Amino acid sequence: MELEKKHIQQATQEEIRPPVTIMGPMGWIRANLFSSWFNGLLTVLIIFLLWKTLPPFFKWAFVESLWRSDGTACRDAGGACWSVVSQNFRFMIFGFYPHDQQWRPLLSMAILVALLFYSRNRNHWKKLLVYAWLTGLLLMGVLMKGGILGLVDVESTQWGGLPLTLLLAVFGLTAAYPLGVLLALGRQSRLPAIRTLCIVYIELIRGVPLISLLFMSSVVFPLFLPEGVSINKILRAQVAIILFTAAYIAEVVRGGLQGIPKGQLEATETLGLSYYHTMRLVILPQALKIVIPPSVSILISAFKDTSLVVIIALFDLLKTTQSVLSDPQWMGFSTEAYIFVALVYFLCCFFMSNYSRRLERELNVERA
Amino acid sequence: MVDTKDSLPESKTSFWYDPAKRSILYQVVSLLFVGLLGYYLLSNTRHNLERQSIATGFGFLQKEASFEIGESLVAYSAADTYARALWVGILNTVLISGIGIVLAVTLGILIGIARLSNNWLVSRLSSVYIEVFQDIPVLLQLFFWYAFCYEMLPSPRQAIHPMTGIFLSNRGLVFAVPATHPAHRYMCAAFSCALIAVFFLRRWSRKRQERTGRTFPMLGTSLGILLFFPIGAWWLAGAPTAMSMPVLKGFNFEGGLTISPEFSALLMGLVLYTAAFVAEIVRAGIQSVNRGQTEAAMALGLKSGRVLSLVILPQALRVIVPPLTSQMLNLTKNSSLAVAIGYPDFVSVAGTTINQTGQAIEGVAMIMAVYLCFSLLTSAFMNWYNKKIALVER
Repeated sequence: MELEKKHIQQATQEEIRPPVTIMGPMGWIRANLFSSWFNGLLTVLIIFLLWKTLPPFFKWAFVESLWRSDGTACRDAGGACWSVVSQNFRFMIFGFYPHDQQWRPLLSMAILVALLFYSRNRNHWKKLLVYAWLTGLLLMGVLMKGGILGLVDVESTQWGGLPLTLLLAVFGLTAAYPLGVLLALGRQSRLPAIRTLCIVYIELIRGVPLISLLFMSSVVFPLFLPEGVSINKILRAQVAIILFTAAYIAEVVRGGLQGIPKGQLEATETLGLSYYHTMRLVILPQALKIVIPPSVSILISAFKDTSLVVIIALFDLLKTTQSVLSDPQWMGFSTEAYIFVALVYFLCCFFMSNYSRRLERELNVERA
Repeated sequence: MVDTKDSLPESKTSFWYDPAKRSILYQVVSLLFVGLLGYYLLSNTRHNLERQSIATGFGFLQKEASFEIGESLVAYSAADTYARALWVGILNTVLISGIGIVLAVTLGILIGIARLSNNWLVSRLSSVYIEVFQDIPVLLQLFFWYAFCYEMLPSPRQAIHPMTGIFLSNRGLVFAVPATHPAHRYMCAAFSCALIAVFFLRRWSRKRQERTGRTFPMLGTSLGILLFFPIGAWWLAGAPTAMSMPVLKGFNFEGGLTISPEFSALLMGLVLYTAAFVAEIVRAGIQSVNRGQTEAAMALGLKSGRVLSLVILPQALRVIVPPLTSQMLNLTKNSSLAVAIGYPDFVSVAGTTINQTGQAIEGVAMIMAVYLCFSLLTSAFMNWYNKKIALVER
């Protein structure tokens, strides 16, 4: 007893330091990598697998790789042939757009990136931003198409590559959003006929794959039009994407509408607001704010889904890559080319999903 | 609130300001609009079809298809009808979605649990996996795996041959299977019997445990039954051991069972892509269960495996099932991308049919109808399951 007391006294006089096995890097490794025999086994196994795969991959991708050569030199080298990307870069990005006019799609993409960057900050979310977006989209369309302001007219059959992918995604979402909101309101409506129409539309579209709509756009839409009228292929695919995305947006917006307390609706009824004013001034501003993060997710999936237009032979980023790969000189280097395209898609989606997560956090904090 | 309309004198409410009448007007107008639009499109279509002299209707289904299909679960040749070809396509779609869903959910659950592991490496690696595979379009992944199968693997003559009866080449994975024998049918029947037996045994053991508290060694017994029944049937039917061995003939293998590169690339792409989403759903589901539940279960002295299976998972499943259903449906719908790499699924066969017959409207309508059926069946099943596991409140 006495001894114990003395011991404690002594200990409190000196500064007690935790054992090395708990503090510092050693402690971290112990806690996070070897906390039990099973975890230790997993760690060893993973390190072994990484050691087996990562160095050969680095050797293939960076050490023995060729960056600026022709196809024949690539066949002799053992490593990756990044030349397939670097030598065909302009074609992969811009497709068949006239060579001397390619600054126009580049400028359009720059406008888009600038708009996206400007919209990141929530202090900029004002009415002005909506006008900025509308002007920007119009400007992008004009830049791509040309025909006025002294710009050479470029047929939409020549559009391709990354600008086409971005256009399909951004225009698709912009046009689908109002339609989706209307559908969501229709689904919540008290009028049975309108509600049924909206439900049938939403469930029908959500039940079928996008590819069937794209097939429809390429083979059935032309039959719908009166004789002599024809719409170009890109616009038809765009319509299919809009019709498809709208159904998904409608479901997301419905989630937002259901999240608004009933009291809000009752309050507007007491104030005697009409349906239009109730929605426009009270319900939608709140509902749409809730659904911003899931809307970004829809933008991401719309962006990824535009790659499906390959199947109806539009020259988006994936199709231009494939046509490079069908060139005999570059045949057999699909892995490298696809890794490049995957990287482009990954970077875009990664930034968007990170942004959506950050936004969700911020909005949650605000509401709490 | 209810009586406002009645208390007002009828004559004073003009037509425009009577909500009941106005709502009827709105509905009539919107129905008329949709009807007119439909009529306009239909009349255009009929006109166009007449001009191009394309006959409408599903009569073409009985004509001879005259195209080959690479893989088929049922007997099919180019001399069969379009209806038969489309049936082959439907079966292929069901096959790929069925296998894909099982694998994707299994892999997704594993990765979702790994994401929450307290092993830093494991959780980091799984989060990298989730991020990477979610953010790359599934079509690109399919192309990648297909190119990988085709370019990286050797030709049949130089096939990788790790052991007797297995060949891996750019024509796919070929392996030996038992040669067809009536015994296999008996084995299937015996296995079904075993499943039914296990089901009833399980019910009985649960009832007994509730009544008396005595547990029954369910795992060992059911495994024994599941193994013993088919093996017994095999032995009774004469224990056939003949194998169908793959043999290289000309440029390709004959005999054995072949898993084509198209099938493997499609399966790999769909499973890896969907598993990333499933993993996120599983993670969110497990995290949604209050930490106190784990602590309480541990305080009761349950082992960590039982904590997971008896306390955490039943509660997490309620959060997991609805989004999981939509991921299963997504996988089924994404299986239509098979057309891009040449696996003969339903969309691919229907696409060929449209090209050959020019029956675009019928073809697209069939595609939509088939996928709608899949969606409705899957969601009906999952709704039933969801109701079964839903919280029964007092």
